[in-house]
Amino acid sequence: MIEMQDVSFGYRAGSELLSGMTLSLQPGMFHFLTGPSGSGKTTLLRLCYADLLPTAGRLSAFGQDVAGLSRDGIAMLRRRVGVVHQDTQFLDHLPVAENVALPLSVSGQPVDMAAMRDLLGWVQLAQHARALPPSLSGGERQRAALARAVILSPDVVLADEPTGNLDWDMSMRLMQLLIELNKTGKAVLVATHDLNLIRAVKAQVSARVLRIAGGTLQLAGADL
Amino acid sequence: MKRGEFRTLNLKALWQGLVGRDGGAGNRIVPPTGFTAHLTLFSAGAMAFLAVFALALALATGRLAERWSSELAQSVTVRVGASEGNQDALTQSVMQILQTTPGVGQPRLLPDDEVAELLTPWFGPDLPIDALPVPDLIEMPIAGPDFDSEGLRLRLEAEAPGAILDDHTEWRRPLVSAAQRLRALGVISLVLIAAASAAMITLAAKAALAANGQVIQVLRLIGARDITIAIAFVRRFTHRAAIGAGAGTVLGMGAMALLPNMDAAGGFLTGLGFHGWGWLIPLLIPVVAAAVGFFATKWAALKMLESVR
Repeated sequence: MIEMQDVSFGYRAGSELLSGMTLSLQPGMFHFLTGPSGSGKTTLLRLCYADLLPTAGRLSAFGQDVAGLSRDGIAMLRRRVGVVHQDTQFLDHLPVAENVALPLSVSGQPVDMAAMRDLLGWVQLAQHARALPPSLSGGERQRAALARAVILSPDVVLADEPTGNLDWDMSMRLMQLLIELNKTGKAVLVATHDLNLIRAVKAQVSARVLRIAGGTLQLAGADL
Repeated sequence: MKRGEFRTLNLKALWQGLVGRDGGAGNRIVPPTGFTAHLTLFSAGAMAFLAVFALALALATGRLAERWSSELAQSVTVRVGASEGNQDALTQSVMQILQTTPGVGQPRLLPDDEVAELLTPWFGPDLPIDALPVPDLIEMPIAGPDFDSEGLRLRLEAEAPGAILDDHTEWRRPLVSAAQRLRALGVISLVLIAAASAAMITLAAKAALAANGQVIQVLRLIGARDITIAIAFVRRFTHRAAIGAGAGTVLGMGAMALLPNMDAAGGFLTGLGFHGWGWLIPLLIPVVAAAVGFFATKWAALKMLESVR
């Protein structure tokens, strides 16, 4: 679905943050992406949803070269890739339910209220459907972001430090939701530097752990 | 990102988004912004109010120029001087010349009482016209396009010296020119009002877009197409421009209707305002304002979207 072949990227000409990245996200796969702060985890995720373009190498999504996508093509790609951002962004003037339903609204699809209730129930936010985002706690915001990321039933789910501001219990609840999604065949890629979290998840699901070190992507060792 | 893609944000899709039913949160994704909303409504209303008067000026001066031009061009006058002492014979000779001149109607020698009436404003009602060397005046309607004013003038000089053709050109030209310039000023005013409206709506739209930069980023990240985002803003500003201009136009037309009676005002004011079907013309102002809002916001939205991937 998403293939990187020898992809490099730098924010400045002549200075590469990532180089020689080769990665394949296929249905049903669960990946962790780890590495120290500033190593390029977020950058790699942004490449996956075409927020950035590689400076070298080939990046394809769903069989299409991302570099050749039109702006509408990028919009279509993002409807197939659900993203949970590190700093979850919502439209603060709209209630949670409308925020979660935004991907449906902007893609011209009707909102099935029963399905919406089920989705909010799945992330345990049914009672907050009419609340405005600023009134939610950190964990609630992350779960709302996850609900918004999956409402279009994307093929790939990317999560960028989704548990960064959450306590252990809340972090595990969120990871359980991602595991459930993965079991339905979605490809999941979670960027995190929380090794304990990775170990806890690996105990429940088969997951590959990738590490960015020195600007290159490596398979993590057996210690994980 | 290819700039051409923004240009292909086609008008048809924008128009459909503008007039079509709003799909769910489509119209709610842009947060309510009281300041820019009021600014746009007020600007559009004020400009439409001014546009009504500029339009009335342009139409009235246009009519004035046409009327002065056409009324004065419908006839010429031949003045037969009395200095030679053979005025009657000369007048008869001139009448014969005029009757054989192509493109003119039947010449008419003004009787003494009409000549006296013409002179009354200067000499009073008791003018002894018989005792004065008043020239004979011959009025002649122009009946066709083949009338040659210059040819007749030369013929009179040759065959009836002392007869002078007056086609009113000398004093008609500056009047018509003044009226035409006033009309041009009215049209220029309309253009300036439209340009100023576009500038103000663009500023308001850009302010709203800048304030909603995060909204636009979020929408792009969840898969919104440029057209979807642009419609949300274009729709809002086009409606505001139309509603504001509609109110301003109604107020302006009301003020025009309340102007003093035109006939009573007389003079230059005669004809100022709208007449008959002319009252429908100002109704185009809200339509034009909506179009200005549409294109100004589309331009501003596309400039903003260029900076968001």
